[in-house]
Amino acid sequence: MILYIMCFFLFLVGIYGAITKRDLIKIILAIGIMGYSVNLFLVLLAYRSGALIPILVEGLNIPPNMMVDPIPQALVLTSIVIELGITALMAALAIRIYQKYDTFDITKIRRLQG
Amino acid sequence: MILSQFIFVPLLAAFLIVLFARKKENVAAIIALAACAWILIVAVIGFLKLPAHGGLILENTSGWKIPYTIALVLDNLSSFMLIVVSLIGFLSAFYSVQYLNHFNGKWNFFALFMLMMTGMNGVILTGDFFNLFVFMEISLYSAYALVAFGTESEELEAAFKYALMGAITSTMILFGIGILYSYTSTLTMADVGLQLSHSGTPKLLFLVYGLFIAGFGLKTALVPFHAWLPDAHPSAPAPISAMLSGVLIKTLGVYAIVRIFFNVFGAPTVVLQILMLLAILSIVIGGFLSIVQWDFKRLLGFSSISQIGYVVLGFALGTPLGILGGILHLFYHAIFKSLLFMDSGAVEYATDTRDLRQLGGLSKEMKVTSSTTMVGTLSIAGIPPFNGFFSKLIIIIACIQAGRVVLGIIAALVSIVTLAYFLKVQKHAFYGKKGSAKVLEKVPLAMKAVMIVLAALCLLSSLIMIPPIREKYISPIVDTVRGKTSYIQNIEPYFDTGSIK
Repeated sequence: MILYIMCFFLFLVGIYGAITKRDLIKIILAIGIMGYSVNLFLVLLAYRSGALIPILVEGLNIPPNMMVDPIPQALVLTSIVIELGITALMAALAIRIYQKYDTFDITKIRRLQG
Repeated sequence: MILSQFIFVPLLAAFLIVLFARKKENVAAIIALAACAWILIVAVIGFLKLPAHGGLILENTSGWKIPYTIALVLDNLSSFMLIVVSLIGFLSAFYSVQYLNHFNGKWNFFALFMLMMTGMNGVILTGDFFNLFVFMEISLYSAYALVAFGTESEELEAAFKYALMGAITSTMILFGIGILYSYTSTLTMADVGLQLSHSGTPKLLFLVYGLFIAGFGLKTALVPFHAWLPDAHPSAPAPISAMLSGVLIKTLGVYAIVRIFFNVFGAPTVVLQILMLLAILSIVIGGFLSIVQWDFKRLLGFSSISQIGYVVLGFALGTPLGILGGILHLFYHAIFKSLLFMDSGAVEYATDTRDLRQLGGLSKEMKVTSSTTMVGTLSIAGIPPFNGFFSKLIIIIACIQAGRVVLGIIAALVSIVTLAYFLKVQKHAFYGKKGSAKVLEKVPLAMKAVMIVLAALCLLSSLIMIPPIREKYISPIVDTVRGKTSYIQNIEPYFDTGSIK
């Protein structure tokens, strides 16, 4: 249980960072932290203490209730790739913004007015 | 009928464009148009053939059966959404061909455009929670990149803002999916619904509701989550604004909300009440913020917030009439908002500005643009016999019928506000005294043609309201949304009953 709470705490750290930080790069890192916390959560779901690989092999005969759940692991792989995409895209945008505005400070990047 | 072609045809087109059409921009446009036309034709065929299949076509994407594999599901609602997406997609692609004369890198644009179509079609067809997330991300990434397509400072800023908010809420959606999986041990939507119907409503589910409302609410741009839309939609090139406002917020937002909360979770009352509150807030705040805007496209962006509020309000009422209104307004709004965004694009193309203070008296020089904008204005403000009148009327009547008289009155009043801010557009852009902006270039033929087609659709789509047509084509969609367990029951026969469990 303590692990799940820590994991949720990490999620909150990510949201906090994304909301309060002013630096574009730090915001991107905060998004990364949020993503890691969810990935960690998915891996935790799959974990069973003392369980083995989820592969049916002759001679190894692992009973199904002694296997870790393979689906969340597949999900985590996909979600890591998706996060790589968003991080790369946001970093590219941040670089272009830096070229235009000469700053990473979001309080100075305000040409759009509500 | 092969359902996966809705996903692989645009995906293939995107790759072909990147591989072969880098130097030949016309080839890129032809590939994109061909793919869009293909999807449009197949979507219409699917819609017409669907009743013969008993209202549901299901396709497993591997040798296994659900719930052990991902299934693509075509039912009344998804086939209707496919038509909306492919129709607006085709027209936007056609419009882009000449609109993009002012931009570099056409092939880049069309590749991203086709990826966005892939993502949206995937979201509509999938029957699996995680697959929905993946396709949502595909279309969102392309949308972020397309918003920044002009690479001016404002566009980059808007794209970053959109990407930031989108990334946070996508993570929330993934978190919600993780919680659902931990409770039900399955990702297939119908199976999740089945398991939850056996087990009642655990307290954990309310956390999922909250995460999903925040996640999909941001994609819909309902009011507390709307801050990105007025920046992102105006910054994109006009055909992309038409796609974003016309179909993206509806597919990723409204469709996902309807599918998940109505079909899988069985329309829980607490969610409907929250959605109703968010919808009415969107209607009022979006409407009033539109009045004070001077940027043509920004005004349209705020107006989208207001109009999407009507759609969600219709669905959130939960009555058959309300859902009918929601579905119709979703379709009609896709048509007239795309039309208006394309008009604003034509004005920008011709005069190089979209500031209403500098425009004025364009009606003599831009006859087609000004008359199609007039059609769009009359439609969105709800003047009969244009389509917007019928859907808004149905939503307002549904409010009163459901005993929510106050909501109905607010919706009717904001409709007048809508007329007010579009009259402002008419006065400052097309009529009134001549502004400082001059018509520098003629609007190309392809752009005019698309605008005329959409303006004609504004009138023609009112024909759906004729009772026999409505009974035949729209009522099954209403039943699909309304039937709390019908989605699950329809899919249940396809489940694997073998010995794997």
